[in-house]
Amino acid sequence: MTGYIEQREKDARELRLDESIASSNRPKPPSAFSSTMTFAHRALLRIKHVPEQMFDVTVFPVIFLLMFTYLFGGAIAGSTGEYLQFLLPGILVMTVSQITMYTGIDLNNDIRKGIFDRFRTLPIWLPSALIGSLLVDVVRYSMASAIMIILGFALGFRPEGGMMGVLGAVVLILVFSFSLSWIWTVCGLIVRSEKALMMISFMVLFPLTFVSNVFVDPQTLPSWLRGFVEVNPISILATAVRGAMHGTVTLQQVILVLIVSVIMTAIFAPITVYLYRNKK
Amino acid sequence: MENARQETPAAEWAIRATGLVKVFGKHRAVNGVDLAIRKGMVYGFLGPNGAGKTTTIRLLATLLKPDGGSAEIFGHDLRKEGDEIRRRISLTGQYASIDEDLTGMENLVMMARLMGYGRTQAKERAEELLSAFGLEDAAKRQVKNYSGGMRRRIDIAASIVVTPELLFLDEPTAGLDPRSRNQVWDIIRALVKSGTTVLLTTQYLDEADQLADRIAVIDQGKIIAEGTSSELKQSVGSGTLIVHLLNGEDRSRTMAILEEKLSVPVHYTADSNSLTAQINDSYLVAGALNELAKQEIAVSSFSFGRPSLDEVFLKLTGHTAAQETKHEEEAL
Repeated sequence: MTGYIEQREKDARELRLDESIASSNRPKPPSAFSSTMTFAHRALLRIKHVPEQMFDVTVFPVIFLLMFTYLFGGAIAGSTGEYLQFLLPGILVMTVSQITMYTGIDLNNDIRKGIFDRFRTLPIWLPSALIGSLLVDVVRYSMASAIMIILGFALGFRPEGGMMGVLGAVVLILVFSFSLSWIWTVCGLIVRSEKALMMISFMVLFPLTFVSNVFVDPQTLPSWLRGFVEVNPISILATAVRGAMHGTVTLQQVILVLIVSVIMTAIFAPITVYLYRNKK
Repeated sequence: MENARQETPAAEWAIRATGLVKVFGKHRAVNGVDLAIRKGMVYGFLGPNGAGKTTTIRLLATLLKPDGGSAEIFGHDLRKEGDEIRRRISLTGQYASIDEDLTGMENLVMMARLMGYGRTQAKERAEELLSAFGLEDAAKRQVKNYSGGMRRRIDIAASIVVTPELLFLDEPTAGLDPRSRNQVWDIIRALVKSGTTVLLTTQYLDEADQLADRIAVIDQGKIIAEGTSSELKQSVGSGTLIVHLLNGEDRSRTMAILEEKLSVPVHYTADSNSLTAQINDSYLVAGALNELAKQEIAVSSFSFGRPSLDEVFLKLTGHTAAQETKHEEEAL
C-alpha cells in the first residue's frame, strides 16, 4: 500500500524529473581550452578528496633526500655537506622522474572504472582529457621540487647559480617530466592491471635512474657502463640541472634536454591519443 | 519487419544496422546483427552474459570499430561521422561511469562543463538534476559512499545533463533492489516521454517485458528473435494450461480427455493433483474444460497464461537465461 503522502512525493519527484529533462538545452560543445581546464579541475578535486595521493610528492622526496645524503655522503664525497651540492640536483631529477609513472596509473584506473568510456562518447577534443590531468601533474612535480629544494637549503645546499639557476633547473625538470609522462600514458592504455603497470614502470625507471650520473661521477665506471650512462636521458637532464643550479650550464646541455623531451612527446603523445581513441 | 522498413521514411529511424560484426581474436562477439530501431521507442536487447549485447552497444556508441557490416545512427554513418553521432548519444555503461572520488555535485558539474555549459549554468543544471533524481541530500558526498541505487541514478543523471536523442543503457538495473529498480524505470519512462530513444540491455525478462516496445533476443552474437513482447510470446505457442483437480485419482482420465480435445501432449506435474499442457490453439481450451465438467471431473482451479519471456528464451535457445549466466560466471 502506497500512502497518500508517499504518493504525493512520488508525483512531485516525477514532475521535477519531467521538468529537468524538458529544460535541458544543448549548448555549443566546449572549446579545447575549456575542456582541458575542466579535466585539470577534476584532477585538483581528486587531490582534495584523496590527499593520500600527495604522499609521492611530499614524503618520498624528503625520505629520498635524507636517506641518500646521509648514506652516501661520507663514503663518496668525504662529507655530507660536500655531497649534497652534487647530489641534490640529481636526486631531484630522479624523484620527479619516478613519480611521473602515477600518471599512467591514474589513466589505467579511469579505463577500468568505466569513466573513460563516458569521456570518449562526449563531443570534446579528446586529448584535453589527458592534457588536463598532465597539467595538474606538473603542479605536483613543482611541489615535489619545492619541498626538496627547501629541505636541501636547510641541510646546507648552496647553489652557485643563484635563484635564477634553481628556477631554470626546475623548469627543465618539468618540461622533461611532462614529456616522460606520455610513455606512462601509453603503458596505462595497453596494460591491463595496475600491478603489471607498476612492474613495467619500475623495470624501466629503476635502471634508468640508478645507472646514471645522479649518484656518482661516471668517470669511475667501467667504459661499457659509462657509454650507457652518457646517453641515458636521465643523465642528460641531471647534467643540465646540476649545471643550471651551480651556474656552469651550457646552451648545448639545455638544448639536449629539450631535444630529448621533444622526441619523447613526438613519439608517445600521438600513440597515446591514437590508443585513447581506438581502445577496445 | 521488411515491410515496415520500406514504409518508414528514413528520417524516422534512430538506428539502422546491417550485418554488424565484431571479432575479438577468434571469438565472434557480434556475428551479423541487423537492427531497425524507430525514433522514440524503447528497444531491449535481451540475452545472457556474453551474448554480445554490450559489444553491440559499444559498436553503436562509437566506442568500438566494427569489423564488418554498416550502421547509421540518425542517418549518420557509424564509420565516418563519429562526431555527429557522439553529439546525439549518451551511454551509461555497466559499471558506474563516474568519478567515485568526487561528490555527486562535482561529477554533474564536470559533465555539464564538458557538454559546453558555462560555470553558473553548469551548477544550476547539476542542482536541478540532483533534485529531480532525489539525490539533493547526497550532493556533497563522494559517490563511492553511495548505495547501489543512488550510484545508478547519478550515473544516469550524468548521461542526461543534455537530454540525448539516443540513450544507451547497459543493464541499468543489474543488482538493484526492487525499489531502486522502479525509480530507474520511472526515469527511463520520463525520458521516453520527452522523445529520447532508449536502447537498453537486460538479462531480466520482466524488465524487457515492462519497458521495451520491441525486444531483440540475442544469443552468441546473433539476434535469434525480434518483435514486441507479445509477438515473441506468440511465437512459442499461445500459452501454458495448468489444471488442478480436486481428486488425484481423476488424473489419468483427465489426461485422456485433454489430449483428445486439445490434440497436444499433456503432462503430469510434480504435485499429484495437476496436469499441464503447452497450447497451440487457445480456442480449444474452453471446450476442453467444458468436457471435463460434462464428465463430472471436479476441477479445483485452472490457469491459462501467456508464456513468460523465460519460456520464450528457453524455447528459442534451448537453455534458460539464468543457466547460461551461471556457466559464464563459472568460466570467469
